[in-house]
Amino acid sequence: MSVTIYVPRDASARSVGADEVAVALAEQAARRGVELRIIRNGSRGMLWLEPLIEVVTAAGRIAYGPVSVADVPSLFDAGLGDGAAHPLCHGPTEQIPYFAKQQRLTFARVGVIDPVSLVDYEAHEGLRGLRAALACSPAEIVQAVLDSGLRGRGGAAFPTGIKWKTVLDTPATQKYVVCNADEGDSGTFSDRMVMEGDPFVLIEGMIIAGLAVGATQGYIYLRSEYPDAAAVLDEAIAVAQQAGVLGPDVLGSGRRFDLEVRIGAGSYVCGEETALLESLEGKRGIVRYRPPMPAVAGLWGKPTAVNNVVTLASVPIILDRGAAHYRNWGAGRSHGTLAFQLAGNLARGGLVERAFGVTLRELLYDYGGGSATGRPLRAVQVGGPLGAFVPASDFDLPLDYEAFIAKGAIVGHGGIVAFDDTVDMAKMARYAMEFCAIESCGKCTPCRIGATRGVEVIDRLLAGDRPRLQLAVLRDLCDTMENASLCALGGMTPYPVKSALEHFPGDFGITDAATTTSPGPGRP
Amino acid sequence: MRRDQQTGLSVHGAHGVYGVRGMSDTQASTAIAQTVQRALAAHADRPGALLPILHAIQHELGWVPREVVPAVATALNLSRAEIAGVISFYHDFRSEPPGRTLVKLCRAEACQAMGADALAAHVKARLGIDFHQTRADGAVTLEPVYCLGNCACAPAVTINGRMYGRVDTAGFDRLVGGSES
Ligand SMILES: Cc1cc2nc3c(=O)[nH]c(=O)nc-3n(C[C@H](O)[C@H](O)[C@H](O)COP(=O)(O)O)c2cc1C
Ligand code: SF4
Ligand code: FES
Repeated sequence: MSVTIYVPRDASARSVGADEVAVALAEQAARRGVELRIIRNGSRGMLWLEPLIEVVTAAGRIAYGPVSVADVPSLFDAGLGDGAAHPLCHGPTEQIPYFAKQQRLTFARVGVIDPVSLVDYEAHEGLRGLRAALACSPAEIVQAVLDSGLRGRGGAAFPTGIKWKTVLDTPATQKYVVCNADEGDSGTFSDRMVMEGDPFVLIEGMIIAGLAVGATQGYIYLRSEYPDAAAVLDEAIAVAQQAGVLGPDVLGSGRRFDLEVRIGAGSYVCGEETALLESLEGKRGIVRYRPPMPAVAGLWGKPTAVNNVVTLASVPIILDRGAAHYRNWGAGRSHGTLAFQLAGNLARGGLVERAFGVTLRELLYDYGGGSATGRPLRAVQVGGPLGAFVPASDFDLPLDYEAFIAKGAIVGHGGIVAFDDTVDMAKMARYAMEFCAIESCGKCTPCRIGATRGVEVIDRLLAGDRPRLQLAVLRDLCDTMENASLCALGGMTPYPVKSALEHFPGDFGITDAATTTSPGPGRP
Repeated sequence: MRRDQQTGLSVHGAHGVYGVRGMSDTQASTAIAQTVQRALAAHADRPGALLPILHAIQHELGWVPREVVPAVATALNLSRAEIAGVISFYHDFRSEPPGRTLVKLCRAEACQAMGADALAAHVKARLGIDFHQTRADGAVTLEPVYCLGNCACAPAVTINGRMYGRVDTAGFDRLVGGSES
């Protein structure tokens, strides 16, 4: 009897024992004379169930998880190979409600296929977007992306088609496509999961971007914290070169596109696109003044399309299915889907791809299952370390760029970090300032000095040292950082600080409600 | 490829040689010079070569000794100050040799929400050092890290480049076993 089992190679799955489980499965199979084929896939995104293994049966793939090495003999005893019942069995993977209720466009293949098999990729609709793009003029590709309504998933939500049009319309002998895979925002891991689970979709998206803007060279700037993603990307790029997908003659079209991975060095600000370009050029990651925009003068002064991993990975399906198909998902001016990342204190953390418009409450309770600790949720931070804290009273807010901005919050890269009622919001505000101080590139004073001052002022406030004065100083400091910083690190660190102050003044020892203010306007 | 002592698994991304402890000064400078030559030969011709070169050096040595600066500066036609500036800017590049075991603990929000602060206090007490410190016996270095992308399996830790999730205090003690002493 021959059995096929999927065991994720995703870094999260590996961090909780997927490799050891794969070894144990192989050993047990050998001992029992079962012919076993193990495929190392990406993760399905149900991270609380990792390591989640799937057995291929006539009735589809059957899920078991979280599996530990100690469970393996009993799984074989129960009849794992036939998808038999077991306390860890969840039935067909794609019928698990968490998964079944998602709208997977960008993540359609993640967890499904062998990430480094181009055959698998093509058998699951891979390369169709690229083939469609090769039949288009650059302007037609740009128009399709514009019409799709796709906005940058890296945080700023800038329309991708407009950026590409600028690069296309700027004449130059050399242009570049740079993928921002720095994913520095805490609470986020969707870029990682694409790269580890479906690297070809990113490669395909980057080639399409190259065709659209007239670039023949691409770079993926990958954070050093992701060695697994680096390994998968290197392998996938080699396969794509071998197959003529990358290189001098993309799919026999006569068009060239080369691609290289560059590893960052542990700097958060290098996720900011101009600091990233400096870093790629081999310099310190200091933010550049603009104009010029990178689309006009980017890497080595050449027109450069800088886009986030998920932005680029969403392009193939737009070219394949058409702009309208993508645009029809979503709410208001937030078109398509976002891969929300449920993290922190939740019973069921993981990745949920849904059309914009889903509420925080649905994500936190229907998917996330409430807190992991069983205590009430008190606040969530959405959009990384520069995102505002949203109190439980606002959990009906729909995930939509404009709806969040109206509340002084951001959707950003879609990371949602949940805290239960034991969280000390003053400590979180202090941490936000501390993080800014640690990661500041140092170019402008409000950020470099302001963040350090911010930590001191919060410390004094919490020590009860002239609280009214400290509060006024803190507010002033936040205003200055917001208005006078060159980039969003200094400019948005006040968001978590001010939202914590507004919604949780008691945590700062403030009892007089009149001393609080509303958070500032949305990101410019 | 090295193997992690606890799990028997291969370790990636971590340093190959733990500093140059145990070598004489001349042996150490020869080893460093050879490392630099290999890094330059592999990467100096690439555009934006500096970060790949520094990564290659740190990958072999576990740190970036000051004495590599002149050779790298000459090869890339940059000033020594520029090279030193880059090394000091990036958190990854270490100017001191790390301990034999390198522990990185995530301090960011999702891990905090799952008890990272308590874990950090435990780890510091257990290892006898604070963040950014190497124990006097050279056994272990502790560094903070701000998100490892493992936020749904928090708290997250790496030990010699291998990542672990859902780490509580008992789990941490099992992972380090006796390797830090
Ligand atoms: C401090 C800071 C950090 C950032 N980090 C990232 C990051 O890690 N990944 C990312 O894609 N964008 C990040 N951005 C946003 C980028 O500057 C840029 O907007 C984005 O890469 C553009 O791609 P997109 O339009 O596809 O989102 C960051 C911005 C700032 C100000
Ligand atoms: S706001 Fe901070 S990180 Fe951004 S440019 Fe100014 S100093 Fe650098
Ligand atoms: S916040 Fe700790 S791994 Fe992301």
